[in-house]
Formats: sequence, structure tokens, C-alpha cells
Amino acid sequence: MASVVLSEAEKLYIVHGVQEDLRVDGRGCEDYRCAEVETDVVSNTSGSARVKLVDTDVLVGIKAEMGTPKLEKPDEGYLEFFVDCSSNATPELEGRGGEELGTDIANTLYRVFSCENSVDLKSLCINPREHCWVLYVDVLLLECGGNIFDAISIAVKAALFNTRIPKVRVLEDEEGTKEIELSDDPYDCIRLNVEEVPCIVTLSKIGYRHVVDATLQEEACSLASLLVSVTSKGALTSMKKVGKGSLDPESIFEMMETGQRVGKSLHIALQKILDEEESLGTSRPKVGFLG
Amino acid sequence: MAAVTMRLPQVRGPVGTSAPRGAEKHLVAPGDTITTDTGYMRGHGTYVEDDKLIASVAGVVERVNKLVCVRALKARYNGEVGDIVVGRITEVQQKRWKVETNSRLDSVLLLSSINLPGGELRRRSAEDELAMRDYLQEGDLISAEVQSIFSDGAVSLHTRSLKYGKLAQGVLVQVSPSLVKRQKTHFHDLPCGASVILGNNGFIWIYPTPEQKEEEAGGFTTNLEPVPLSEREVISRLRNCIVALVNHKMMLFDTSILYCYEASLPHQIKDILKPEVMEEIILEARQRLLDLEG
Repeated sequence: MASVVLSEAEKLYIVHGVQEDLRVDGRGCEDYRCAEVETDVVSNTSGSARVKLVDTDVLVGIKAEMGTPKLEKPDEGYLEFFVDCSSNATPELEGRGGEELGTDIANTLYRVFSCENSVDLKSLCINPREHCWVLYVDVLLLECGGNIFDAISIAVKAALFNTRIPKVRVLEDEEGTKEIELSDDPYDCIRLNVEEVPCIVTLSKIGYRHVVDATLQEEACSLASLLVSVTSKGALTSMKKVGKGSLDPESIFEMMETGQRVGKSLHIALQKILDEEESLGTSRPKVGFLG
Repeated sequence: MAAVTMRLPQVRGPVGTSAPRGAEKHLVAPGDTITTDTGYMRGHGTYVEDDKLIASVAGVVERVNKLVCVRALKARYNGEVGDIVVGRITEVQQKRWKVETNSRLDSVLLLSSINLPGGELRRRSAEDELAMRDYLQEGDLISAEVQSIFSDGAVSLHTRSLKYGKLAQGVLVQVSPSLVKRQKTHFHDLPCGASVILGNNGFIWIYPTPEQKEEEAGGFTTNLEPVPLSEREVISRLRNCIVALVNHKMMLFDTSILYCYEASLPHQIKDILKPEVMEEIILEARQRLLDLEG
């Protein structure tokens, strides 16, 4: 993860500011930075999204491919996550430095989506035990400006909302061999229901309080953080503590409550923007990377 | 109450009409031909190919008699003697500190170039060398002046004045060095209630105005008392205004920052960073600056 070096006096200024609910950029402890979300940025994927949180930039692409279901879940499809931390994001990720962070983020995503109801995996099944849809979720971290987990989870949800999986029909021959037929209409596809998809909220403990959406400077002042993944209804699907400091059980409880509250607002705002984008349809001016 | 704002990205063009300046600037991109006249000497940012002078960086062409060079718009800081810089200590070496100043090489602060606490004037001894970390550690911020430039381009700093030294509580904003206007003084006590140091290297330091000008003990004691909320608000607002000015590529100097601050007063501090509010504030500040000139 990127880190900045701060002097002791600067750290003290930040800690005292958080105490009084006024962070360096004027936000309160529970305010997010202004986020820009755009979907359908990569044309050769089934679904894609780009999230920009001031200086954190994340691109997610989802490809739907046919595969065989897992042995223990023969009538469900599954998701595979792969995270690539671009060397451009921060100098520490040069060369192979990004691998450890990438596997860390991918494991967190597996954990967050391990809850059964997050994505309706049964709808991804084509033929039990034989064919199913596998969603390969590729995350590309373009710029690291603090709070990457939240940005990644928002982008994954937006990309899942944007994913269009082609409708297939299974035809059975007289001999019993099954054939899979793709429908001719390219717009005939199934969409995923993303209501239960969780979003990660990172709560960083600074001094005696905790903040949401920490910048790089604030992350340098916090010794411990709690990552909670919250669904739109406020249910927690997973929790992870990071950092070398320790957390009091009472503060963990408070942070969980804050995470649920903030998570619900996050989902409402994200769904609103996704619906707005959808309603604009083809008339939406595509910005992409050349805006 | 949590506030989460999301928006769709929009292509943002230049805000307002740019005022026509006296002479048209000759802007070039890498690969553009500057001139085919072979009588010119080539300076920085240019190269010769096929008898043509071609730009290698994106910037403005500057011509001094027969010397043609291209001054890049976004470049690392090039030190000049007498510049005020704000830097961060990266290393503590034997008789000097290495300071990061957003230049191509780390700047150097020699042990003999600092003021010892108490204002003593004496030769630095071996004990001073061992106690270097007590004065300045890795991560500390200092304000200093450029004393000289080494042959390889590295800058040598000094803090031999009471107004320079270690910086205490405040906020640092990093901008491109080309956006900081050269002025007589770079230390400003703004009437809104905070002070700002506009480093020529692009590091802007915003801090609460110290109450009395106590005879600095060489500028190494740091005030660690909590800053009151009212001053914090001023500092946060200034920081957001500077970020807004930088996003719209406006020159930073005390008047522009002040006008931007006054234009932002009707809005909440955290709203200043929203694109539409930023545009509104910048338009107003720009208008006032034009009125001031014209």
C-alpha cells in the first residue's frame, strides 16, 4: 500500500482535527470524498466500471465464460477474482511489489463474496454438473490515493450491475448429447441482481475516533483499521482487521455500527447513480479515459 | 450523518474565457518543429533533427537572442539561488541532511548551514554531528532558502535566518512548481486568520498564525498545542481553495488565494471540492483578478 512520510507535528494536527470532526479537507468523520462512477468503459468485456475517488482510480472488468461447476456446488456458477496493482499506482508497486497487495485484495474479495446470498449463483447455472457461467472479475488498480478497498468494492458492484451475460439454450439431441445454442440477438442477455452485493467500508482508527474514506495522510496516522462489508440492507457479510495496532472490543462495536450506517448510504448513492446512468442509455456522453 | 456523493464523470472544458494576453505564447508539444532556421542555438527542451529544431517537451518556447529553449509546463523544480523552498527530510547523513524538494535530485542541508538552538555561533563539533537527529529527523518539514547549486544540479539549502527552520502543525499541499508565482516575499500572513508559505518548489505550507513573534530558538521548537477549531476551519478552507486553483491551472500568489477564499465563503468547506462549486468559485476569483489588473 502506498504510504507518505509525515512529520510528528503534521500527524498531531490530523489527529486533533479528527477529534473535533473536522478533517484536513473539511470533511466530517463519516463523509466520503466525491466519487465518479462510470460503467461500460471497456468494450470487450461483459461488464466494466471505473471508479475515481479524487486520486484513487480503479478499473474493473468482468468476463463471463463457460466452465464446469465446482464439485461441491454442481448447480451454481461462481466468481473468480484477480487483482492487478499497476506499477503506475505508486512507486512501491514497481516490478513485483504489487503481487502481495494484489493477492491480499483478491482474498478479501473472495471473503466478502463468500456469503451465499451476495450474487445469485444459481442463475449462472446452465446445465447442472456440466456447464455454468464463470464470472472472471479483473480489478486493475490505476492510482492509489488511500481507501482502495472501498473503491474496488464500489467498482465491482457497478461492474456486476453492468454485466450482460448472453442467454443460452440447451438443446438435447436424440442421442442425448447436449448442445448449447447462443441466441442470435446480441442484446438478448441476462442481468445480475446486485441488491445483495456488499460494499466494503474501511474504518480507520485515528486517535480516539474512527474515520471513513481515509486519505494517504490519514492512513499514515492510523495504526489499525477495520474493513467491514455491508449489503444495501445493512447486513454485515465479513469483517477484517488490518494494521499493526490493536483495537478495543468496544471500538470495534462502534466501528461496526458506523460501517453499517455509512454502508447503507453508500449503497443508496451508488444505486442512484447507476440507475441515472442506465436511464440516460445511449445518449450518455462517454468520457472514459480521455475526458 | 454520513454524506456520500457520487456523480457521473463529465468532460470539463476550460472555465470561462481566457483573457487575451499581450503577445501570443508559442506553445509546442513534443515533436513539434519550432523553427527551420539553423542560426539558432538550441537550449533545454529542444533537439536538432534534419536541420530542424524540434521540441522534446510540452511547453512554451522562450527565445533570448539566439538561444531557443522550451520551458516545460509540468517539470520538476529547478533551484535558483535565493528561492524559498519547503522540504521534507528524507535522510540524516554524516554532516548533512537530504531534503526532498520535488526536484530531480534530493537537496542538501549542511550541518553548517543551520542555526543552532540558542542562536550560538560556533564551529560544529563532533557532538553536534551525533546530535543531528535531535534537531531534524526523517519526515520533518523545513522552510529554507537556496544557498547555492552544485554542479550536478542538486540544490544546497540554508536556514540561517530566524524565519526559516522546522515547521510545526499545519497542512502541506503539493502542487506543480510552475504554478507558484515569483514574488518579493513568500511568507504571507493572510487576513483571514492563517499564514501560508508558498515554496518555489511547489510545496505550499498552511499553518495557524503564531501569536507573538517570540525570539525563535533557531526555529527548532515546535508548538504541539491543539489548534482551535476556528483556525482549523480557515486552514481547511484555504487548502481546498488552493486545490481548486491548481485544478484550474491558475497561478498561486497571496491575492489569488485570498480572492478564492472570499469567493468560497458562502459554501461549506467540503463542498469546495465539488466540480461545479469549484468552477463557480474560480470564475469569481478570476473575474476579480482581471478587474484588479485592468
